[in-house]
This record gives sequence, C-alpha cells and structure tokens, in this order.
Amino acid sequence: MLKTFQGRVIAPGKVTAEAVVTKNGFNTLASMQMMFIQPKTRCVDQSNPDLYNKILGGKALCLPQTIGSTTGGMFLFSAVESGKAPACLLFSKDIDSLAAAGAILSDVWSKNSMPVVDRLGDEFLDFVQDGDRISVKEDGTVMVLR
Amino acid sequence: MELTKEQQALLDGEKGETMAKVMQTLVRYGEVFGADKMVPVTNEYGHLVLSFGLTFLGPVFDLYQKLIDDGCLAGQKFTCDPRPYDPKVPQNPLQKAVAKAVFGKQKKYEAQLEKLGILNDDSYTCTCYLDEIGNTPKQGDVLSWAESSAVVYANSVLGARCNRNSGIIELFGSVAGYVPHFGLLTDEGRKADWIVELKTESLPDAQLLGSAIGMKVMEDVPYVKGLDRFLGNELDDKAKTYLKDFGAATASNGAVGLYHIDGLTPEAKEQGEALIKENAKVYVIDEAELQRVKDSYPCIWKNPDAKPQLCFLGCPHMTLEQLIDWTKKVEAGLREAGNEKVLVPTVFTSSMPVIKAFRQTEYAARLEKTGVVVSYICPLMYMDNPLCKTMNVITSSNKLRTYTSSRYYSNEEILNILTKEGK
Repeated sequence: MLKTFQGRVIAPGKVTAEAVVTKNGFNTLASMQMMFIQPKTRCVDQSNPDLYNKILGGKALCLPQTIGSTTGGMFLFSAVESGKAPACLLFSKDIDSLAAAGAILSDVWSKNSMPVVDRLGDEFLDFVQDGDRISVKEDGTVMVLR
Repeated sequence: MELTKEQQALLDGEKGETMAKVMQTLVRYGEVFGADKMVPVTNEYGHLVLSFGLTFLGPVFDLYQKLIDDGCLAGQKFTCDPRPYDPKVPQNPLQKAVAKAVFGKQKKYEAQLEKLGILNDDSYTCTCYLDEIGNTPKQGDVLSWAESSAVVYANSVLGARCNRNSGIIELFGSVAGYVPHFGLLTDEGRKADWIVELKTESLPDAQLLGSAIGMKVMEDVPYVKGLDRFLGNELDDKAKTYLKDFGAATASNGAVGLYHIDGLTPEAKEQGEALIKENAKVYVIDEAELQRVKDSYPCIWKNPDAKPQLCFLGCPHMTLEQLIDWTKKVEAGLREAGNEKVLVPTVFTSSMPVIKAFRQTEYAARLEKTGVVVSYICPLMYMDNPLCKTMNVITSSNKLRTYTSSRYYSNEEILNILTKEGK
C-alpha cells in the first residue's frame, strides 16, 4: 500500500528511511540527551511511551510537534552535524519554533542534510506506522509505503 | 518579509559572509512563522540557554568560534544559564571523573562566552530576571532570549516580548541586533487560547499547577482565573516567586511561552478578559484534577521503594525569600522530629548573587547546621552525567522531573522526607 502526503518544506532534501512514529509531542532534550554516548541515537524520554528506547538515528521521525527546553534546536543542529540525527523530521502540524531553529540552523550551517517537512496533516500521523518505508522529495511530497 | 536597508545590507554580506549567514538564519526562521519584518532588540541584556561545555555539542562550539573569529560578537552583554558542575555538590570519585569527561569543553566554552559578551562571572543562572542579577526587562521590551523558564517569566510577569527561541538563535539575535516579528512579539500572538478556571480551596504547589496547565494547553496561551484569590493583585515577592516556579513547569511540561493571570500579571490587569480569544477552550482545575496529574507521573527508579540518595530544590534557581523560607521550614521540621541534620543529602540551588546576599543573613549559618548544601549548579546538568542519572533523586521541581529520572514530591512531602522520614 502506498499513500502520498504533501507538506511544506522547512529544510529541503531527498531521503528514504524507515518510519518511527510518536503521537505525543517530541521532547528533544529529554529524548536525545544521551545520544553522545549511544552508538545510535535512542530515545531516553520515559514520558513518551511511543518512542522510549526506540532508535531515532537515521529514521524518518514522524511527529506532531516538539516540546520542552529551548536547547532543543541546538541539540538537533549538533545531532545533524555529528551524523546522529534522524534522517528527516516529518511534522503533521505546523512546526514549532525550536524544531524550526534546529532545521534551519542545520540547513544553513551544517555539512549534513536533514530534510524537514511540516503541515502533513493529522491523517498523515494517523496513517503512518513504525517500520513503514518513507520517501521524502525536494518539494515536500512524502510517500509512505507499507 | 520586508527588510530595512540596513537589514538587507547585512543579509547581502556588507559585514561579511558569517554575519550574512546569521541574518539569513534569522530571516528564514521568521519566514516559517509568517514574520512580516525584523525588529530591533530593545532591552539591555540577552540571555543564553547554553551554559555547559557538553563534549557532544562540539558543532555548536565550532560555530561560536567562527562567530568570534569573524568578529560577529553580541552587540549586547548577556547572562547565561547555570554552570553544570560545582565541587560542593555530592559526587563520588567516579561520578566526578565522568562529569569531567561529559563537560570536557566547559573551560573552553566559558572563554568563548567571555569573548562573545557575557556580563560577568556571576551571570550564570536561569533566574537572570531577579533584581539581584539585574537582567530585568521592562514591559514592552523586545528580547532575544532562550531558556524556557526565563522566557515565560519575562513575557508573563514582566510583560516583555520574546519568542521561545532555541539556543543559538537567541545569540544570533544579540549578534545581528534584530529578531523576526511574529508570535509572542505581536499583540494577536499574546491573546489567550484557553481559559483555566482554578477551583481549588487552597493555593496549589506552583509546579504541580504549572505542570497540569502545560500538559493541557501545550504551546498555547492560557488565561488563568482564580489564582489571584491566593496570590493577591500585586506582583510582590511571594507572587513573583510562585510564578517563577509555576511558569517553569508550564514551559517544560508543555511549551507555554506566555500565560496571563487574571487580576495579577501586567497585561491581564490592563486588558482583562479582552485578552481572551473568541471560542477559547476551558480547562477546570480542582483538587481531583491535580491529584490525577500527579498520579500520572511515572516513577522510573529501578526500585520505587528505594531510599532517596539526593534531594535537589531550586529548579529554577531559588530566590532569597525561598532560601530563607526553606531554612526556617527545615529547622522547624528537624526540631519537631528531634533530628539535627537532614536525613537525605540535600542541595538548594540558587544564583551566585542571591547566594552572596543569603550569606549576609543569619540564615546561611543556620541552614549549614541542618546539613543542606547551597550551590549555583544546574541540577538538570548534574543529572546529565550518566552515572548520576541512575541515582534516586527527589525534587519538588516538575522541570527537573521532566528532563531527568528524578522523582517529584510536593514541597510538603519533601519537607517530611528530609526532616522526619528519610524516605
């Protein structure tokens, strides 16, 4: 089954990756604060049962928004530059200011790329499941293959 | 977005490629949120969230070095979040060694901050807005700050205007001297999406009430009715201290950047219910709702019945009144139970200027007698040490609970554990 969604491009890029999905707000600091000692970034936020202990590095992270500390954007930028970040961030809702900062800082200042698309709609987050194959295009088209 | 001639020149590289990239980042960041223009930063000082030389954040320090090398320094002095390490806070030798490795770039980073424009060596605190520190914006000031608890305080209690900026973006605003005009900088963005009706019989713990509201409204603006029954209608020290802790919980358990307290905070006093949007949603909070929220916190200790190994109070950093008040409470609790020292190693955290003022009072020696340590550390960063992360830490800070494995208790429960029960 293949389903296509159209969003708004925050940071352009093409990527294909496996989905990891949270229906709760993604707390960047709480989730990724141990990434520097983990071989692959794994979520350590116990308050998020959707993601706790799952691998985030290299995955297509599907989420409504990010929440929490204002170090969030900085952590995302460092994760991208260090090759520890998710492959892409796919937001169902409008992106929040911390994630947007991380996305744009990475796009302007990092040698690595992390495509970011927002406004994919609630139906995107209702449909997508862990393990789905995700393809992101430059124009913000997101294809979900199951 | 419409730019002035000066702003366009910065973007076009008049002050070099690095400054152009700083401006490009700010403009693109603003465009995502529909900013119509860039506006000047008007308050005296900035505030940075990154205070820790976390080894992993190498890319950020490389970026800051580029700013320094290319002469892109902050056009205003700034304060900064608390330091991650204080030898006074109990740590075993192994934990100390790991802390040194985790925060291996601390010295180098503090040297960078000196070049970039930190106000002084006592400027490391999350409560930069307190009188003792002096980074207190005026109503209507436009800020380029990060640190969620400081931003929500500046917006709500002081009536300044600041978005919930990410780290790096806030420094960029201080470097360029401009921030994008959107969200909490606009009149429309400061209107309330939620009415919170507080129906409790007594004043709830600030950080429990803030947590409940944060988790419900997320990034929206709440207008809280019924809190002025307990806090009164003047922003005195008691009210400001309460709102400091309340706001930190709304900002960390949700993503609140601004709240209005009916009859108390400046915009609510001036505009009243005209601040509430049409069709605002309603959230009623009574004792049962607060208990439901408290019961929903997971306990993530390996052994939930274990004895606490450490207690942190002061996230955000305590005010002078809180240090004095807690000294009296701990003394009285110990006296009642016939104990001399607190039964759990305990650290009260506060800013250096407040700690210095506290040392001038009789209470400093009295608190020391109870065994409580006073420190300038950031408890959150203390617990970022993988070896401290597994410790059984208790706190009445809902912010600390959210970001670490620490366990939340009400202030009253904490006092009992510290002075009477030991667990």
